[in-house]
Amino acid sequence: MTRVGAARADLPAAKSPALDEPLRLRRVTPDDVLTVAGAAVGSLGLTWIIYERVLPLTGALGFWVSWYALFVIFYLAAAALQWNRLVVRDRTMGVLVSTGGIFASAVVIEQIGYSFVKGLPAISHLNFWITSSALVGPLSPLSVGGMLHGAIGSLEQIGLASLFSVPLGVAAALFLAEVGGRLERPVRAIVNAMTALPSIVAGLLIFALAIITLGLPESGIAAALAVSIVMLPTVTRASEVVLRVVPGTLREASFALGASQWRTVWKVILPTARSGLTTAVVLAMARGIGETAPVLVTAGFTNYVNADPFHGWQATLPTFIIVNILDYGQHANYVARAYGAGFALMLVVVLLFTIARLVGGGRPGELSARQSRKLRREAAL
Amino acid sequence: MAVALTSARPAPAGDDIPRTIVSRPSRADLVFRGGLRAAGLSSFIITGLILVFLVYRSLWAFRADGLSFFTKQSWIFVGNEFGIGGVLPGTLIIGTIASLIAIPVAIATAIFISEYAPGRLRRVLIAVIDLMAAIPSIIYGVWGRFFLMPRIIGVMSWFSRHISWFPPFRTTVLASSSTFVGSPAIAGMVVSLMAIPIITSLSREVFSQAPQNEREAAYALGSTRWGMVRTVVIPFGRGGVVGASMLGIGRALGETIAVLLIINASFQLNWHVLQSGGDSIAAMIAGLWGYSSANMLSALMAAGLVLFSITLVVNSLAAVIINRSRSGAATAD
Repeated sequence: MTRVGAARADLPAAKSPALDEPLRLRRVTPDDVLTVAGAAVGSLGLTWIIYERVLPLTGALGFWVSWYALFVIFYLAAAALQWNRLVVRDRTMGVLVSTGGIFASAVVIEQIGYSFVKGLPAISHLNFWITSSALVGPLSPLSVGGMLHGAIGSLEQIGLASLFSVPLGVAAALFLAEVGGRLERPVRAIVNAMTALPSIVAGLLIFALAIITLGLPESGIAAALAVSIVMLPTVTRASEVVLRVVPGTLREASFALGASQWRTVWKVILPTARSGLTTAVVLAMARGIGETAPVLVTAGFTNYVNADPFHGWQATLPTFIIVNILDYGQHANYVARAYGAGFALMLVVVLLFTIARLVGGGRPGELSARQSRKLRREAAL
Repeated sequence: MAVALTSARPAPAGDDIPRTIVSRPSRADLVFRGGLRAAGLSSFIITGLILVFLVYRSLWAFRADGLSFFTKQSWIFVGNEFGIGGVLPGTLIIGTIASLIAIPVAIATAIFISEYAPGRLRRVLIAVIDLMAAIPSIIYGVWGRFFLMPRIIGVMSWFSRHISWFPPFRTTVLASSSTFVGSPAIAGMVVSLMAIPIITSLSREVFSQAPQNEREAAYALGSTRWGMVRTVVIPFGRGGVVGASMLGIGRALGETIAVLLIINASFQLNWHVLQSGGDSIAAMIAGLWGYSSANMLSALMAAGLVLFSITLVVNSLAAVIINRSRSGAATAD
């Protein structure tokens, strides 16, 4: 019987590692890379021969689909030649899953790039950004007309809609997260129910309620009301999720130090949840700015700049796009302007996201560069 | 000197009754809580009013057409004969096609982001998916109409010729160049692009909550990465993924503008999904509201009410499934 810990004579002597190297779980070996590359190239060749030369099929999409299918088969075969069954299954699923991720990213880049490329003829003219389509006719070249009226309308309406929905939504989320009580269940149920409301129905509702029954004119403010109906449940739900994630210990510590509830919320909870709240608000605003159908129903459309959201029809970027495509789609210039407006719309969305990043800041407790410099300066004194 | 804490009710000796703690919030707190309660109540009241008004305005249509509102496939302006018998199944068809495409792609993407992607790529992909969710649906609609549709018609006709043993892939008319334009299949494809980011981001969050010790246990027992995903992550995230998929389906059912731009609208039910025709309720409302008399407006509202109830049922079911599941309980909202 051997003593515990004594070296066994039949095992090879263990090599003592000179350094304590951490074991790297994920190592991309040349084998992996070559298998993927080989499968890709091989399937490309086979697809080219069979698809283009042998079978009477046409179309780029079919080519890509065949290439992908053959790639997976080739990879499976190449892997089966080298590794055991477990590893083959693991690697193949990895490849399938990775292509799903690549596909999703490709779609986003395609969307943004497509609008940019197709709209380039229009957006490269300065008049596109600073004039409206008041003087645009079917034969007008791209050097006439622009989307200024849409931009002004969009910005005004999203500003008004956010003014209505964001404070109310965050307050309702604070109610659900902080106060609760008997009303919590019904309010939460109704907020969840309203996220299911289709935006066109919200537009029809404002049309029937505010415009027909109450006599509000078809204007930007009516569209802002419709959009705020769409935004309110989104803001509430997303903000509530963010507020609930704030650790309970922070809240309890604040109470233990003698703060009242409103001071706790104002000084502790809201700053902690700041980045999450800005993300929630920005996502809701991005959704609101892209609403087309309810705005068309409540604010109409016009070719002129209308900076007054309380009187008269107002155009927004999405309604500009849809009117240009559906009503004037047979003229290429109109379609180019629509693409340009689409690109401008996405620029606004990306701008909103960037503002959210800057305003929201990092995680709670994370100092900005300026704050950490100031701290270091004061600590050195 | 000790300060005696007196409870509201002195407990008799030997009894273990918890003392009632009386807390009196300050006046500022009362105002604050009252304000928050008012905000919550006002959301409640606003949405309640909306629902009441919606039902009130659609009553005419239900009373005039009765149950045939759900079975008629016509929308005759003059005779006030309205029926959603064609567009209601059309909505469900487009939603089904969208889910069939979106759910596998979204789950694969979520698994990739949470399990396979290295650190920096993961952050980039999360931002990309968030951006994909924020892109307005009209951009997808325009892309689908001008980019996707001309290129995918070839594939559609291939399917209808070679997979004609599957009845929905057949066409009722002799295939020509315009048969496949504006079909529910293409509309479903574009709508799936809008459902993918919702399902992906929710599923990714759910997968990232899978307990670390169970993952390590799988590795310790010698499993591969995919084996660990299959046995730990996916069973853990099942409820959350189902809930996320249903939320994505809800979004697909309510999508207006993309369907409006793509589909060749008709009121008859079109279950030959590769052939042009069909419509969804939301797109029909958006297309028709400009022509509506007061009666048609009521019928449109009734159709909107039907769509709202379907989406409501789907969303509520999703919430129940998420809350009851193991993964959802951690991330329940």
